[in-house]
Amino acid sequence: MFDVAVIGAGVMGCSTALFLARAGMKVVLLDRGAICREASGVNAGTLTMQMTRAALIPYALRAHEMWLRMPEWCDGGHVLATACPGLSVAFTEHEAAMLEERAHFRRQAGAPIELVTPARAREIEPGLSERVIAAGHCPIDGFTSAYLTGRAFRPALLNAGVELREDCAVQGIAPGFVLETAAGTVQAKRIVLAGGVWLQDMAAWLRVTLPIKVLINQLVVTERMAPVMRTVLGVASGLLSLKQYANGSVLIGGGWQGIGDRARGGLAVKPESFLGNVRLAAHAVPALRDARVLRAWLGLEAETADALPAIGPIPGIDDAWIIGSVHSGYTSGPYLGKLLAQAICGQAPELPLFPIDRLLAQEKAA
Amino acid sequence: MSYDIAVLGGGPAGMAAATEAAQRGARVVLLEESAAPGGQVYRAPPSGFIGPVDADRRAGDALRAALLASGAELRTGCRVWGVGGGPLVPQREPAAPFRLDALDSDGRSFAMEARALVLCCGTHERIIAFPGWTLPGVLGLAAATILLKAHGVLPGRRVVVAGAGPLLYAVAAKLLKAGAEVAAVVDLAHRTEWLRALPRLAARPDLLAQGLAWRATLVARGVRVIAGAGVTAARGDEVLQAVQVEGAWIACDALCIGHGLVPATEATRTFRAAHRYAPAEGGWVPVLDADQRCSVPLLYTAGDGAGVRGAAAAPASGRVAALAALHDLGLLPDHAAARVAPARDLARAAKAGGAMARMMALRPALVRAIPPETIVCRCEGVTRAEIEAACADGAADMNQMKQFTRCGMGPCQGRICGETAAELVGMHCGGREKAGFATGRLPLRPVPMDALLGEFDYADIPVPKPAPI
Ligand SMILES: Cc1cc2nc3c(=O)[nH]c(=O)nc-3n(C[C@H](O)[C@H](O)[C@H](O)COP(=O)(O)OP(=O)(O)OC[C@H]3O[C@@H](n4cnc5c(N)ncnc54)[C@H](O)[C@@H]3O)c2cc1C
Ligand SMILES: Cc1cc2nc3c(=O)[nH]c(=O)nc-3n(C[C@H](O)[C@H](O)[C@H](O)COP(=O)(O)OP(=O)(O)OC[C@H]3O[C@@H](n4cnc5c(N)ncnc54)[C@H](O)[C@@H]3O)c2cc1C
Repeated sequence: MFDVAVIGAGVMGCSTALFLARAGMKVVLLDRGAICREASGVNAGTLTMQMTRAALIPYALRAHEMWLRMPEWCDGGHVLATACPGLSVAFTEHEAAMLEERAHFRRQAGAPIELVTPARAREIEPGLSERVIAAGHCPIDGFTSAYLTGRAFRPALLNAGVELREDCAVQGIAPGFVLETAAGTVQAKRIVLAGGVWLQDMAAWLRVTLPIKVLINQLVVTERMAPVMRTVLGVASGLLSLKQYANGSVLIGGGWQGIGDRARGGLAVKPESFLGNVRLAAHAVPALRDARVLRAWLGLEAETADALPAIGPIPGIDDAWIIGSVHSGYTSGPYLGKLLAQAICGQAPELPLFPIDRLLAQEKAA
Repeated sequence: MSYDIAVLGGGPAGMAAATEAAQRGARVVLLEESAAPGGQVYRAPPSGFIGPVDADRRAGDALRAALLASGAELRTGCRVWGVGGGPLVPQREPAAPFRLDALDSDGRSFAMEARALVLCCGTHERIIAFPGWTLPGVLGLAAATILLKAHGVLPGRRVVVAGAGPLLYAVAAKLLKAGAEVAAVVDLAHRTEWLRALPRLAARPDLLAQGLAWRATLVARGVRVIAGAGVTAARGDEVLQAVQVEGAWIACDALCIGHGLVPATEATRTFRAAHRYAPAEGGWVPVLDADQRCSVPLLYTAGDGAGVRGAAAAPASGRVAALAALHDLGLLPDHAAARVAPARDLARAAKAGGAMARMMALRPALVRAIPPETIVCRCEGVTRAEIEAACADGAADMNQMKQFTRCGMGPCQGRICGETAAELVGMHCGGREKAGFATGRLPLRPVPMDALLGEFDYADIPVPKPAPI
């Protein structure tokens, strides 16, 4: 009998499991595949305040710090987290207005974003196009190599005593938190659902209806090239994220949508999204015209009805918890897992959770 | 541009498939990245290049002539980087057409559509890592043939030819003809392996005669043939100077080496078709029915890309695939009768080809012998020790190993290191089937951004609606 079973080993499940185990609980962490191979291992790894929803800025700021200091709290595990300035740019008057409005909200939430002139923006980012008419600058930004996430968490989880079961899909939950898997049952006193876009299916095991929308996000990476940029770059609408890694490759993202679904994963890029995304990137950093595109892939991101997170107790079922559906959830992930672990251990979390009652009520009303 | 059938790859399989389909009245396009169709074995010499007219040349010329007369549209110098549509577009009735994106010979990107797609992408060469394999002067047997056949260029003055399979003797014989000195032929197969294959090879007397002729050339010229041995190391000061065989160093300025051929499955993996691991056929191959149909509708694979069976079987399998595609599109009234002859040819040729393919299958002992500090993934500089450390850290399949190490993330996308790496992962996780393969993704080949972008206005970019604040 475990104290807690955490279902889903993405960044949310891993950090929750780690902090629960460190608080003295006997934890089992189950994933149907390998650790951090879904959203948490294939995302763009941008640690940006300028794409994060305003309500999440306080969490993201704390998590940003955690990523940069990951080796200190994760037994040396790291994701090559790199701090750099972030710029969000506008090419049209309409975008400039959007930029100003959004910077205002995020500044109120605690992100140190200042609006700068195009000339100043190009001092910060010499690779930037002449066509930029306004920019938001946030000195707190950065990125990671998200593909390292599983490798970074795994030893710390094991050291903390977490029992990690990969390739072990949970198929259902019988009363008394008896988890059914192909390899037999697992019982725990408490459960945490941390299933990314599959949270909807997991909630259904408990007869809870929680609609989760699936976004099929596309990413494109180039071959290594000489330095063309040194910031994390976005656009006012949030539909571009661009940075160059130390090895010279440039990662182009921003949430353009591809083809796929919950059952089959991310299947294929849509030609118009592929072209649109790389054109937008090259519009922002003209030197990208000389790049060669190496690979494009897709990952699945979860979104609730109000696009705010689902983190907290599951109403009506004692000792059942949920965590996920966080916009820019990679950025905030380690801190949110820590918060949920605090709540599960009976402490008052440092910052409020995002209880899901609101989402269930909406569902009933509809 | 819209077609009934698109054929990807203009080797013998693709040429025959396109010819068959076009002769029977379908609108067909054949896409080939080289300047002329021919593929690996029948690679066309450049225009104005007067090479020897051997059996290969004649067979290749016959396929090319039939293709030109068939009415199929031929697009050479056309590198296909994108495949999509078809089964990847969910729930469309009738099925969405396939879409191919390609760079034309001027480097511009263009798209076309087809109702059915026949993949004839051939193979990549397998080169199992060994100390020094990344030195300039070490090249694949395939690369050596391209130099010889298409450019009339020698890879070196004094060459060692090593590895497995009949290609060894073909390359050595061609090197001699072209004026190089062949320091040694180092064949992993023992003589007994060749003897065991003989009865099956006898199904194709023409090929057998060709093989014997190559051997005779080597004997006549006094070339040393070392059987049952391999190159264990290469050394040199910046460029290759010598290779090690059975403990002794042989001086040379080029090493042509290949450990067999691996079916090119990037496209079938991209379409999420079912695959099976068939080491005797070269590795992972798409699951096919008797008519070369993949597990997803209107997608076919023929030639060595469907499992290595050699150049003689390739045209027959191409024709079988084309006939199935015509039938599935409702363009062929009497499929049963039409397929009899090519299916028979295929069965016969596959027998001899299969015996050859088995000799070129991966030899796990080579992988086990790789020293820990030897680089396996040259694009990303990942060593055997690093791959095994990732396995010890819990990477139990190719995709996770790749995430943990970057092995296979570089420009070759695992085409060169994939076999060695998969074998290493398989040793740790319980076999190649468990190790699996890297997910297929676009582009099939790196694409210059400039070719994709074209000229555009900012207003034309279909930027989706902003994310919520
Ligand atoms: C392409 C892409 C780019 C992104 N870019 C960024 C970015 O730059 N910055 C940022 O902050 N955020 C980004 N995000 C968002 C971020 O990746 C996610 O918010 C975050 O990783 C979600 O973590 P998770 O743990 O909730 O979900 P996941 O990582 O998806 O984990 C869920 C886990 O549950 C497991 N599971 C599912 N069903 C079962 C079952 N039945 N039994 C057991 N286990 C099961 C899955 O296998 C999976 O491992 C991006 C997302 C995508 C897809
Ligand atoms: C170096 C070498 C020498 C060989 N010599 C002999 C021999 O002497 N005798 C013998 O019997 N067999 C030989 N073989 C085996 C023989 O080449 C194959 O059995 C035969 O070529 C298989 O035919 P195919 O049509 O399946 O593939 P291939 O001949 O390999 O043709 C595949 C074609 O597809 C094209 N292609 C692939 N991907 C794309 C893309 N994305 N866009 C555009 N075009 C693409 C390639 O350019 C290529 O022309 C040799 C193989 C090699 C590698």
